[in-house]
Amino acid sequence: MKTISLPVGLLALFGTIAPPLLFLLGKMDHEPMKATMLVSCLVWFITAPMWMKAD
Amino acid sequence: MSDSEKPVIPPSTNEYESERVPDHALKGPASFWGMYAGEHTAGTEFMIGPLFVAYGVGAGDLILGLLVGNLMAVLTWRYLTTPVSIKLRYTLYHKLEKICGRKLVTIYNFANGLLFCFLAGAMVTVSATAVGVPFPGVKMPGFADAMPTGFAWSAVVVLIGAAMTAVAMRGYSVVARVANYAAPWMFLVFAACALATIPNLSSTELSDIWTGIPQGGNPKIGFWGVMFFAWFCNAAMHLGMSDMSVLRFAKKPSCGWAPAAGMYLGHCIAWISASLLFAYQVQKFGDEASVAPGPMVYDAVGWAGLICVVIAGWTTANPTIYRAGLAFQGIAPSMSRTTATLIAGVVCTAAGLFPAFAMKLLDFVGIYGMVLAPIGAIIVVDVFLADRLGITSDPAEKSGSSFNVAALLAWVLPAAIGYWAVGYFKMPLPTYATLPVWLGSGALYIVLSKVMQKNGHHA
Repeated sequence: MKTISLPVGLLALFGTIAPPLLFLLGKMDHEPMKATMLVSCLVWFITAPMWMKAD
Repeated sequence: MSDSEKPVIPPSTNEYESERVPDHALKGPASFWGMYAGEHTAGTEFMIGPLFVAYGVGAGDLILGLLVGNLMAVLTWRYLTTPVSIKLRYTLYHKLEKICGRKLVTIYNFANGLLFCFLAGAMVTVSATAVGVPFPGVKMPGFADAMPTGFAWSAVVVLIGAAMTAVAMRGYSVVARVANYAAPWMFLVFAACALATIPNLSSTELSDIWTGIPQGGNPKIGFWGVMFFAWFCNAAMHLGMSDMSVLRFAKKPSCGWAPAAGMYLGHCIAWISASLLFAYQVQKFGDEASVAPGPMVYDAVGWAGLICVVIAGWTTANPTIYRAGLAFQGIAPSMSRTTATLIAGVVCTAAGLFPAFAMKLLDFVGIYGMVLAPIGAIIVVDVFLADRLGITSDPAEKSGSSFNVAALLAWVLPAAIGYWAVGYFKMPLPTYATLPVWLGSGALYIVLSKVMQKNGHHA
C-alpha cells in the first residue's frame, strides 16, 4: 500500500498545482480546474497518512 | 502568523520542561525546517495578505518590505533566539522563573494565555468565513465590522469554536498530525490561489494590483510598514524567546536558519498570493470589495480552497487553544488541563464572534508582539550581559524571591509607553514600536537591577 500511496500522493500534489497553472496559460477552464483540485485534495488526504511521517 | 501568529508546539511536549535538554534528545536541522514551513502557512495568512492591499501598500514596497523584513526575522531567530536556546536548553517558562520568580511568571502566563485566545479567535473568524460560504444567510464581515454580523454568523462561529475546543481538550496530537499532512498541500493551494486569480484580473499591471490606495478607512503603509510587520509579527517568538521551547532541542546553531522556510514560503509567498485575491475583489467591486477569506478563496479555486482555509485555521487555532489552556493551568496548577483548555476555548470562541480581531489583525499582532517581546530582552541581558555588567543572573532563584520587581517594571513600563506612543505619534501599525520597546526593556532592566541590587533588593 505504501508503495502505491507515495506516487499517488505526489500525483495529487501535481493535481493541485497543475490545473491553476494550465488555467493561467489558458489551457483549462475555471470549473474543471476547481473540480480537479478538489479531487486532488481528497486523494492527498487519503494517501498522505499512508506514507508520510507526521511526528 | 502567524503567524504571525502561530504558537509553537515543542517537538516533545512535557519532556525536560524543568531541566536542560540532554544531548541524546537533541534534533538535527531537518526536524526544524519542515516544522517552521508548516507553522507559518496558517489560516491568518489569508487575512494578512489582503490587509496589505487594504493598507495601500505599493508593489515595490510590498516585495522589498517582505524580502528585507523576513530576512531580519530569520537573522533574529538565527543570531539571537538560537544562541540563547542552545546555551540554556531550557523552556522560556523555566528560565523566566529563575529570573522573575514564580508570581511574575504567573502574570506573564495570564497575558500570554489571553493573547493566545484572541489570536485563536481571529483564526476561528477566518474559518467561519469559509464554513459560511455554502450558507447564504451568513453575512460575511467587512473592514468596518467589529461586532457579530448576525445570528447565522454567530451560530457558525460557536459551532466551529466548540468543535475546535472539544478537539483541543483531547490533546493536540491528532491535529498536529493533520497539520503535518496538510502542510505541503496547503502551500500549493496558496500558490494556486495566485495562479488562478491572475487571469481574472482586469489589469495585470503591478500598479493596478497593489495600487497604493488604502481601502476601508485604513491608514497607508509603505516599505517600512511591511518591513517592520514582516520582522516583528512573530516578535513574541524570536525577540520574546517563546521559541526557546522549540530551539532548545537544536543540535547546532545552524538549526536557527530553519525559520527561513516559514518566512519565505509562508509569509512571503502566502501573503503575496492572498493579497492577489483581495486585489481582484477590489478591481471587481471597488469600495464594496469583501475581505472575507472564504468567499475570495472559493471564487479563485473552489471547494479545495474552502477546505484549505478551514484546515489552515483549524490546525493553527487548535494548538493555540491548547497552549492558552496550558498557560491558564500554569496560573492555577490545581485546575485540570481539560478545564483550563475549556476556559481557553470559551474565551477564544467569544473573541471569534467579533470580527474586529481578524479585521484589525495587523494591529493585534503588533500589540501581541509588543506585550510579550520585552520579556526576551530581560532574558538576553541575564544570559549575555549580567556577568559583564556586575548584575546577578537568575536573581529570583538565587534570592529565593517569587517576584522580581525590576523585571516587572522593565517589562511593563516600555510596553505601556510603546502602546501610548503608537497612538500619540499616529503610527500606522504597532510594529513600528516593537524594537524601541524591546531595547528599552533591556536597558531599563540593567538600570533597575543595578540600583536594586546595590540597595540590597536582590529580586
